[in-house]
Amino acid sequence: MINYFKMAYRNLGRHRRRSLLSGLALAMGTALLMFAAAFFQGEMRSSLETTLRLNSGHIQVQDADYDPDKLSVAWEYLIENPEQVAEQIEALDQVAAATPRLFASGIVSAQDESIGVQIMGIVPDSEANAPYKNMVSGEFVTADDREGIVIGLPLAESLGLKVGEQLTLLVNTSEGNVDEQMFTVRGIFTTGTSAYDSGIVFLPLAKAQAFSGAENHASMIFILLHDREQADAVAAAIQGEGYQIKTWTEMNELLVLINDFSNAYLSFINLIVLGVTATVIVNTLLMSVFERTREIGILTAIGMKGRQIISLFLAEASLLASGGITFGALSGWALSAYFGKVGIYFGDLGISGDMLLQDRIYPILTLDSAVNLIITSFIITLLASLYPARLASRMEPVEALHKAQ
Amino acid sequence: MEVAKLTDVTRVYKIGEVETRALNGVSMTIGDGEFTSLVGPSGSGKTTLLQLIGCLDQPTSGKVMIDGKETTHLSRNQRADLRKGTIGFVFQFFALIPTLTAYENVEMPLLLNGKSPAERKQRAMELLEAVAMTDRAHHRPDQLSGGQQQRVAVARALATDPKLILADEPTANLDTENGEQVMEIMKRLNKEIGATFVFATHDPRVIKYATRVVTLRDGIIEKDNHAPAK
Repeated sequence: MINYFKMAYRNLGRHRRRSLLSGLALAMGTALLMFAAAFFQGEMRSSLETTLRLNSGHIQVQDADYDPDKLSVAWEYLIENPEQVAEQIEALDQVAAATPRLFASGIVSAQDESIGVQIMGIVPDSEANAPYKNMVSGEFVTADDREGIVIGLPLAESLGLKVGEQLTLLVNTSEGNVDEQMFTVRGIFTTGTSAYDSGIVFLPLAKAQAFSGAENHASMIFILLHDREQADAVAAAIQGEGYQIKTWTEMNELLVLINDFSNAYLSFINLIVLGVTATVIVNTLLMSVFERTREIGILTAIGMKGRQIISLFLAEASLLASGGITFGALSGWALSAYFGKVGIYFGDLGISGDMLLQDRIYPILTLDSAVNLIITSFIITLLASLYPARLASRMEPVEALHKAQ
Repeated sequence: MEVAKLTDVTRVYKIGEVETRALNGVSMTIGDGEFTSLVGPSGSGKTTLLQLIGCLDQPTSGKVMIDGKETTHLSRNQRADLRKGTIGFVFQFFALIPTLTAYENVEMPLLLNGKSPAERKQRAMELLEAVAMTDRAHHRPDQLSGGQQQRVAVARALATDPKLILADEPTANLDTENGEQVMEIMKRLNKEIGATFVFATHDPRVIKYATRVVTLRDGIIEKDNHAPAK
């Protein structure tokens, strides 16, 4: 058999700089795409995890008439005896934590500043509240605290508040009135998502109920599961009269949709970038075909067949591709690993509500996406190289020899 | 025994609206072991004739038989196969593959013919010795002089023991000494192994070696000093 790779290697060596540059183009494309894949993966995972952890949980049990956008604490929209309901749910094997939460709308004032916030009444000891307990200073409130409040770092900064200082909290009560009380900042927390931290304050559930007039009621039972894929099964098990049970997929439709589409989206970007880099390779090979017209003529004259000429050029393309893609994959992996450790700081992206992101995104490169990309790059490069290779194989020996003279 | 037989061969090139009749009804036979020169002024059709005998091109009309086989209706691949085993080429420019060494250039037709590594090595070294290039076997073409390159090209043309070796102006780019040397080698191989050579040339140094001189003019055979019986 002809050693196509030996010939290919020497041919590439004839124009070392050109071969190097086109290999480099492929390397850069591959590295960039690998990093982009890792970034997307990190972003999607972060946004899903953050949103579930801070916002929606895996399942929520609400009163059938509850509207989360209104933050109403009128009794008819709330769950009665929530602690009892939560206890029953928590007894299920699949449930990691179930805890009542009361939401009310309010305004925080300190010095001359006032900021609208969501007041969340929680059971401080519940495991589900762990994400809020990353304290910058001070301590979290205890269940029987009647004057303490916990606020987020951005809110504390914009109001100029420190632990131990006082603020005034205004609340819309269940009767439709407004009530007002002074609270002492017990602690300042950060979840790593500024958009979330700037708009929420925590009170112990009992205090929040008393303050807002919700009494023995809560807005929802917030449920975390051991495995979020069990959400539908658990939701079916806890169906009850007068409640609405919402799973995380129902509450985060947009996010789930984006997550599902992100792969298709990424493939599309891959095709565009790899298309461009493949053009560089095609260009290199085309130049090579035109420069080597005479050689192709000679090889044909001494009996080389079309498919052998194609093999020769494909061997060159695969050498270029192997070199470029290997270098690119290593660089992409190194980039992803480095930023996967230190993260990329975006700050407050202003996203809040249904979709939350951490201020710092940590790229995650999965073996799957890396292998996928490497194979795709290789195949696209080889497919693109078929054009110059076929062009070379179709040269008539006479014409090839003539052109050369 | 005839190696090549052409019957009423024409070749018309069409470039745009203009038709050029490069060959206009040529018939000739080339016998085994001949050392033939095709001569004639530029444009007389000698290169075209050589390319048709070499199955590098196909006639517009007429028949070309090589080694008893009709070649006119062969596909590209079939023609490549025929060339691979039956015909060797020496071109006017030093047509070696620049990335391969002298040895590898001679080895290439053997590779294409599927010879074993041992056979290839033996044959290639034998041929390089025959053209006195053993000591430069592992040099690349750019490390060889024009004469040396042409000698390697001759060795390559002979690699597969072809019935017919076609040479297009083999001495055109060589000085007198190197030209003579290449011709001496070809003549010796013609005598020793009985290979049939056909040259297209207008170099008197080549013509003087020929046992048969065919003169072409305007696409027809004007004179053939050794027309064999039809």
